[in-house]
Amino acid sequence: MRMLINVPETVVADGLRGLAAAHPGLNVDVENRVVVRGDAPVAGKVGLVSGGGSGHEPLHGGFVGVGMLSAACPGEVFTSPVPDQMARAAAAVDSGAGVLFVVKNYTGDVLNFDMAQELAEDEGVQVAKVLVNDDVAVQDSLYTAGRRGTGATLFVEKIAGAAAEEGAPLERVEAVARRVNERSRSFGVALGAVTTPAKGTPTFDLPSGELELGIGIHGEPGRERRPMMTSREIADFAVEAVLDDLRPSSPVLALVNGMGATPLLELYGFNAEVHRVLAERGVPVARTLVGNYVTSLDMAGCSVTLCEADEEILRLWDAPVETPALRWGR
Amino acid sequence: MPGPAGDGGAASAGRDDAHKGADVPRDGDAVLDAEFFLRWMNALAQAVNREAARLTELDAAIGDADHGTNMQRGFTAVTAALEKDAPDTPGAVLMLTGRQLISTVGGASGPLYGTLLRRAGKALGDEAGVSRAQLAEALRAGIAAVAQLGGAKAGDKTMLDALEPAAVALDESFAAAREAAEGGAAATVPMLARKGRASYLGERSVGHQDPGATSSALLIGTLEEAAR
Repeated sequence: MRMLINVPETVVADGLRGLAAAHPGLNVDVENRVVVRGDAPVAGKVGLVSGGGSGHEPLHGGFVGVGMLSAACPGEVFTSPVPDQMARAAAAVDSGAGVLFVVKNYTGDVLNFDMAQELAEDEGVQVAKVLVNDDVAVQDSLYTAGRRGTGATLFVEKIAGAAAEEGAPLERVEAVARRVNERSRSFGVALGAVTTPAKGTPTFDLPSGELELGIGIHGEPGRERRPMMTSREIADFAVEAVLDDLRPSSPVLALVNGMGATPLLELYGFNAEVHRVLAERGVPVARTLVGNYVTSLDMAGCSVTLCEADEEILRLWDAPVETPALRWGR
Repeated sequence: MPGPAGDGGAASAGRDDAHKGADVPRDGDAVLDAEFFLRWMNALAQAVNREAARLTELDAAIGDADHGTNMQRGFTAVTAALEKDAPDTPGAVLMLTGRQLISTVGGASGPLYGTLLRRAGKALGDEAGVSRAQLAEALRAGIAAVAQLGGAKAGDKTMLDALEPAAVALDESFAAAREAAEGGAAATVPMLARKGRASYLGERSVGHQDPGATSSALLIGTLEEAAR
């Protein structure tokens, strides 16, 4: 195992100390594992709290700031945070206007956020929740834990965050968050397995010359393994999978997301292929974001997320944002 | 998994021998007090430590490779909390353990194990001593809460596959409960996962033992150790 770490036990805390050092505008509570924007609670503003396992950076701590999240709760690597963290975050960002929890659809995240909602409501904080479940690779979702939350989390956090920043009340922030999720779909591909610090060896064995189609963001293997494909073939497959499920009648937001170990040169090349397929399918692209945003430690690969935009979604997407990992318009 | 199966077999054989020697006479109508529950939780913490790598290995096959690490973190906190301020009733031991697990484990295991033990503790009330039958009844209440929380049922390849048969067998003896839990965990191997992260694998989850059912077998198995 060659990792830039001290010991596996302190990986999350060490990362948080470094985040704090790089971004003095954030209030980072390393001990309790809560990242809060420095000016919280903002009077009259709905608080937006998200969180999940660590290892997906910049998600979620990197999205805390003006125009996006009010607070993030990082759990252990690939493990959801505990209810105490979320309740603490909710208390820190609530100005009386209430708090929206953005929860990715994994059993652990859902259970812990449910418990946190009870704790926060006991303290008098009004809490609403939106579940992100955009991954079309999960089949038979009636018989599983349901679709995973992946790339669309960024869309939901950015767009709902902009609505909250504008002063929208809790029910409007919740409604737009829900709408963004309903209009978003993702599909991911792995070109290599992930190595967690605690385990120290790859969580699955992917021989060179093969790839996994339909992977999640926790190093869980995909639905299907095939001989290596070209960027063009992968884009055809992934975009096809998304469009089979989402048939957009208006221009889309596109996220070409790196899983952590794929260079930007490759991601941009893949983005060119994604745009080609979308053009061939007659789907106009309104905005594109390319980079490592919802990652899986050292996994090589990428995911595509499309969101069928509307006027409000576009306006909120373009609204100013200032966070460690996403910033424009300010 | 020839390695883990072999280890488990050897450990079971060891326990069986000890069981024949000392456990049987006390396993009939003994009153289980707070001391027993503290011994149980400590034995469980040690078992989790011992088996952490195996639990993580099982989780790597169909989940995200952290079950052992997470349980270890939780039970380290449990041990510290029980040492600091040992509760004086069986119910309070389980409630404190459950609260610690919810506050430190994360993932699905934290709320599920936390709820199991808290609910079982609550069912025991504030009695100073309980019978094995009362414990079995309390565990069944905890198991019902887990099933409701996780929306799972037996056969979904989860901890319930070990816990449900064990809670029934507990009416008979600690040894029977351990055997039922281990058998239940082993029975998850050919199952198709319907809940949790393994469910995303569909058919590919078949052929692997469920890590949650495996840790549940430790929970039940250590009852016998505590009774010694």
